[in-house]
Amino acid sequence: MNVLFEGLIEALRLLVTLDRDVINITLRTIQVSGTATLISVLIGIPIGTTLALTRFFGRGFTVSLVNFGMGLPPVVVGLATWLCLTRYGPLGFFGILYSPTAMIIAQTIIATPIVAGFSLAAVQSVNPKLRLQILALGATRPQYLVLLLWEARLGILASIIAGFGGVISEVGASMMVGGNVRGYTRVLTTATVLEVSKGRFELATALSIILLFLTFCIVAGLSYLQQRRRQP
Amino acid sequence: MKRTLGLTMVLIGLAVLAAAPVLAAGSQEPKNKDLILSTTTSTVDSGLLDVLIPVFEKKTGYRVKTISVGTGQALAMGERGEADVLLTHAPAAEKKLVDSGAVVNYQLVMHNDFVITGPPDDPAGVKGKSSVDAFKAIAAKEAIFVSRGDDSGTHKKELSIWKKAEIEPSGAKWYQESGQGMGATLLMASEKQGYTLTDRATYLAQKANIKQEILSEGDKGLLNIYHVMEVNAEKFPKVNAAGSKAFVEFMVAPETQKMIGEFGKNKFGQSLFFPDAGKQL
Repeated sequence: MNVLFEGLIEALRLLVTLDRDVINITLRTIQVSGTATLISVLIGIPIGTTLALTRFFGRGFTVSLVNFGMGLPPVVVGLATWLCLTRYGPLGFFGILYSPTAMIIAQTIIATPIVAGFSLAAVQSVNPKLRLQILALGATRPQYLVLLLWEARLGILASIIAGFGGVISEVGASMMVGGNVRGYTRVLTTATVLEVSKGRFELATALSIILLFLTFCIVAGLSYLQQRRRQP
Repeated sequence: MKRTLGLTMVLIGLAVLAAAPVLAAGSQEPKNKDLILSTTTSTVDSGLLDVLIPVFEKKTGYRVKTISVGTGQALAMGERGEADVLLTHAPAAEKKLVDSGAVVNYQLVMHNDFVITGPPDDPAGVKGKSSVDAFKAIAAKEAIFVSRGDDSGTHKKELSIWKKAEIEPSGAKWYQESGQGMGATLLMASEKQGYTLTDRATYLAQKANIKQEILSEGDKGLLNIYHVMEVNAEKFPKVNAAGSKAFVEFMVAPETQKMIGEFGKNKFGQSLFFPDAGKQL
């Protein structure tokens, strides 16, 4: 308990004094996980929506694949990404291993199936009669899609929250492809692991508390959007 | 389009979040300035590299990407040309890389020593014994021993002691492999009231958090020797040859050697590493 309490004090001290390392690590965390979530939203929502609204041969298999992807172990994604990005690996000529870009790639691979899977479920659960009604009222295809996504917005926002939560809390892939380089690819989760290895539990606890606080703020913002009163 | 406002706001919000730190971080160093240093966990967990790397970066303008892994992985990365420079502590395994031509400019940097730590009440009675006798006593008592199990320099050293003691511990119930770095392994040993083999630097760094005492030390077989080496740029053209050469030179330079010797004196009252550049061990 003592460590937790001292960790709380330490977290407050680091935040109040704007400790340079901690601010840097926090900003890096937001940058990497924010970008990865954004990209996975841009890829995942169209995939989920398409799968929900179309029927084609192999659709069932594709849906299983997306649902399987929702549970992809980050460490496996990390290893695969690492192997591809190594200097003498297939994508080595980019030279981006051990950079925030590599972390964004790995996190995007983790988050995209999550976003796609949840938005698939969200769009599919919109009442089919409503779909017919929208079309019957003479909506064009883009209007139809917008209205449908609006009806599914609770689930769509849930998909974004889940995707973001998946990547900001992830440590295995970030450690592997980012390398936990100080001031460059060190994020809150990998810094916590390192501080535990160094035996600095108060600092590790402080970093965890900052991570929880950061995640809460962002998820609370998204939840506010999700839950505010329906517009007329 | 009012209805899409919510989603649009989310997307804009995420975009701003993503972009802000990029702008804040400002311009980055050119690409060829990157130098990948593959090293063992003990140099990072003890805090030594946190002191040395900024000095090197300031002096030379390189940006060092310190990848802290077990010596096994560090050497494997060097063997495949995935790192530029290595700082490791497994002379026998390093020799193979030197012989195969994977690394060049192989230089002695420093040493410290390994110690056998265990619970203060010492159930297997290893206190004061030599490393081989201590391991024999642990095996005879079937006391818990926590091994790194990760092919690191420390793990290689531990295996060589088991071999000398003519004991095959793997698979035994009392022999547990943590698969983690030294700091985490010490914590495990402390929680399980077991024994472990650790480098002195990591032990001193973790000492305040654990209930482990040094029970066997000073044995000649327990020296822990660190070498620095360049990955051979002639063999692996992608290696940053100038950068790795600069790093090796930096590590053996007299000022750096002095910093290595001073490191830890303030905090622990003793040196964690002993500079050795230019000496013969």
